[in-house]
Order: sequence, then structure tokens, then C-alpha cells
Amino acid sequence: MILCQECRRNEANIHIIKNVDGKQSELNLCEQCARKKEELDFSFEPQFSLHKLFASMLGQSVRGSREEMTAAAMQCPSCGLTFAQFGQIGRLGCSECFSAFEGRLKPLLRRIHGSCIHSGKVPSRAQNRVNILREIDQLKEELQVKIQGEEFEEAALLRDRVRAMEGTVQEDLTEKGDPQ
Amino acid sequence: MKQIEFSLSRWMDGSGPESDIVISSRMRAARNIKGHSFPCLASDQETAAVLKIISAAVDGKPDFADFTNWTMGKLSTLERQTLVEKHLISPFLARESTHGALLLRRDEAVSIMINEEDHLRIQAILPGLQLEETWREAGRYDDLLESELEYAFNERFGYLTACPTNIGTGLRASVMLHLPALIMTRQINHLLGALSQVGLTVRGLYGEGTEIIGNLVQVSNQVTLGQTEDEIISNLYSVIHQVIEQEQNTRQALLDKKRANLADRAWRALGLLKYAQVMSSQEAIQLISDLRLGYDLGLIKTVNHKILNELLVLIRPGCLQLLAGKELDNSERNLERPAQIKKTLDRHLE
Repeated sequence: MILCQECRRNEANIHIIKNVDGKQSELNLCEQCARKKEELDFSFEPQFSLHKLFASMLGQSVRGSREEMTAAAMQCPSCGLTFAQFGQIGRLGCSECFSAFEGRLKPLLRRIHGSCIHSGKVPSRAQNRVNILREIDQLKEELQVKIQGEEFEEAALLRDRVRAMEGTVQEDLTEKGDPQ
Repeated sequence: MKQIEFSLSRWMDGSGPESDIVISSRMRAARNIKGHSFPCLASDQETAAVLKIISAAVDGKPDFADFTNWTMGKLSTLERQTLVEKHLISPFLARESTHGALLLRRDEAVSIMINEEDHLRIQAILPGLQLEETWREAGRYDDLLESELEYAFNERFGYLTACPTNIGTGLRASVMLHLPALIMTRQINHLLGALSQVGLTVRGLYGEGTEIIGNLVQVSNQVTLGQTEDEIISNLYSVIHQVIEQEQNTRQALLDKKRANLADRAWRALGLLKYAQVMSSQEAIQLISDLRLGYDLGLIKTVNHKILNELLVLIRPGCLQLLAGKELDNSERNLERPAQIKKTLDRHLE
């Protein structure tokens, strides 16, 4: 064990080798003394946490990379825009892009608008369908209230109504049921 | 051949509620046509096809009888610039010379932009604070077009737009405010911070990325998805009413303390506008603001909002050159500007 040259009590676990004009000098210090000397002012805690930060970021991006790459390569079958291109130009290419990138767009829309569900005007030709979908949403909310209030018989009736209505619009509505 | 002329748009007539602070209200709905690539990614052929489809939907229809169809490619740079300066088209459309087009109603209160960032941008602009009426105007043409065209619409995301910031209602509601008292007393910075916290954006006179000049600011909604059109409008209304109240209170406080100074400022502004021989647009816009404040405080009575709005637009480079009937460089414009201002003031103040 090498003792710290400063305090001569603790183990010197910091070894500083200086090379000034060809003259080499060595300094063996414990962590506390080294910190006092301020020779390594920048290199303890900050570097350690920076290192940790980099590592965790790296780990994340390594973990995320495959997913990221797959996402970037996602392509709209209609206009050919890739998700990576969308990231560059910030514009979508056609109405089909929304289906192609839906999973990725939702978090983005939520960040921009605080919501990802339209509640405004509807073109008259889409009106019927949207009316049914909005009613389903409302019934689902009522259903939750009934379940929480332990009114199970009424809840069951509501559930059946929701199912029947979902059948009429014939589309996977799981996303729409997303409470956010 | 038909040409763009310098005429007064409806929003410039100075009428409308709260016109001492609110210059104009504007609504713009972004729409796209199903099955066609959005303009940014579309080929020339595709944008041409979209233009043809939209033209066919309006041509010969009685509801569009008082509209004129302008093709961007057939307008001079100067004419396009004039349309931008009058807030009738976006700078984006002005650059879209291939298949960009404009349907402009005779009173210039409604303009429908074709092949802008989206296939359709339906805009209405009216004087003063009247957001509902403005949306009614824009909404009417939205309905008319929708009865002929199938819009790109998704029940979850609403109206689909090229930029995710417009999706949903596709609606941008904005008001142009004259806030000299809040700016003079530096209260504006608190206000700007507060507005951004309630989801509103503040911009300068000519939109995105333009600085505040002539004490004019544009306030608009940022969120287009998750709120109904009525919610967007009422949210903007409630905030704008508070801004109006603050501006009015500050104006009153200034009037109580600095009446003579404000009157002096307004009269000097009128004097310079009438008799100066060389003037930059920056100077002109500030003088028009000083004069407007004097008029709104009852300190000067020889002008009115209509004249002030006309001046506000005609001092811009495009309008000036269109009025002069020739291209002018910067220093020539600085000579032409006071001449045109004087002419306009003389005409009105006879």
C-alpha cells in the first residue's frame, strides 16, 4: 500500500504523473488530499457522474438503437416518405402517413397539443361514423363510473351496448379507448 | 390582363368591436384532399392535378361568383408581395409559383390558398375583434368545398395536415393588436410570458419569425388538436379581453400623467407623416402607431382607423412599388413612401 504523500495516513489511490519540459514528477495522493490540492478539481465527482451519464445514455441508445433504426426506416406505403425523412423536414407527405407512423406520431402530438384525439369539427361525410365513435367514448366513461360504483348489472348493459356499437363501425378501437 | 391593384381590404375599414386596440381578427383552416400527396412531397403533376380538382369544385358555382382566381405563377413578384403585405396570402404561397393559386373574394375578407403547405388554406379576415364572425365566414367556405371534395380526415386525428402542429381542427385563430401603452411601459414582457403559458403564440406583424414593430403584435392559438373550434375561439377571446383591459388601463394611466406629451407625440407624428421627404418603413410604422394612439385617446381627431390602416399597408415595399407603378430600390422607396403617405393624408383630410 502506498501512503498518501500529503496526509501520510490514507492509501494513495490517485497517481498524478506530470511531465513538464521533459521532467517527470509523480504525486501519490488520497482522494481527500487530491481534492484539496485541486489538481484534479474537475476530475472526481463531475467526471464520475459524467461518465455515468454517458454510460447510461449510451446504454439507452444501444438498447434503443434497433428500435430507432426500425422507426427511421418505417415508410409510408402511399407516398414513400420514411420516418427519418419526416424527422428532417418536419412535414408529413400524405394522409396515409398518419396510419403508417401512428404509434410514433401519437407521443409527438401529445407533446405539441397535450392531446392526440380530435374533438372539433367533422366533415359531414364522416359525421355518422364520428358520432358513433364519440358516443362509444362517452359510454366507456360511463361504464367506468358504473364499475367503480359497483353497479355491475348496469355496467354489463353498457358493455354490451359498447360492443354492439363497436361492431357497427368495424375497426380496431383499442387505441381510441386510450384514456389519454 | 387582370392585375392585382392596391385596394382596401375589408379588414382595413377600421370598423368592428374594440377597434381601438384590435386591428383585425383572422381565422385560417388547413385542409387537404384525400388520396393526394401533400404539396411538399407532391410532384408537379400531382399539385397540378390538385389545383384542377379544386378549381373544378368552385368554377361556375354561384357561391363562388364573387371570387377571383389568381395563379401565383402569373402574378409578378410585386403583386404577390402586395398580397402578403395585405395579409391575404402567406409568404409561403407567394413563393409557390408553380401550382400555387388564390381564390380571393371581392371584399378581400376571404382568401382561399391552394397548394400552400396544405392543399387548402381557407382564410377569413375581418376588422376589429370578431372571431366568431370570422370563423363563420371561413367555415362557410370550408363547408362548401367539403361538399364537393373529400377531405383527408381521420376520426382520431381530425383534419390531416402536412405539419403536425396544424392537425386536428387545422384552425389558427389570430388577432392583430396595437399595444403601445403596454410596450411603452415594458409590461409587454410579462404578458408575453403569460400568453405562452396558456398555449398562445405571440408574433410580430408579418407572422412567424418577425419582430414586433409599430407596437403591433399577433396573438394566436398554438394548440389545434383536442380542443373544439369554439374552445379555441373562447380561449383566445378570454385572454384577449384581459389584454385589452390591461392596455386600456395603462393608456388611461399614461393619459392622466402624460397627456401633453402624448398629444405632442401624436401631432408631431402627423406633422412628420405629412411633411417629411425621406422616410424608412421602420420610422413610418412607428409614427403611424403614435398617431393611432393619439387618435384612440381623443387627442387628435383629424384621422381615423381607416386612414391609419391604409397607411400601415401602403408604406410596405410591395404596395409602394405597386402604387408607384415601377420597381424601386430601397432609397427610392424611402422617397416614394412619404410622397404616398402625403397623398393619402391629403385625400382624406381635405
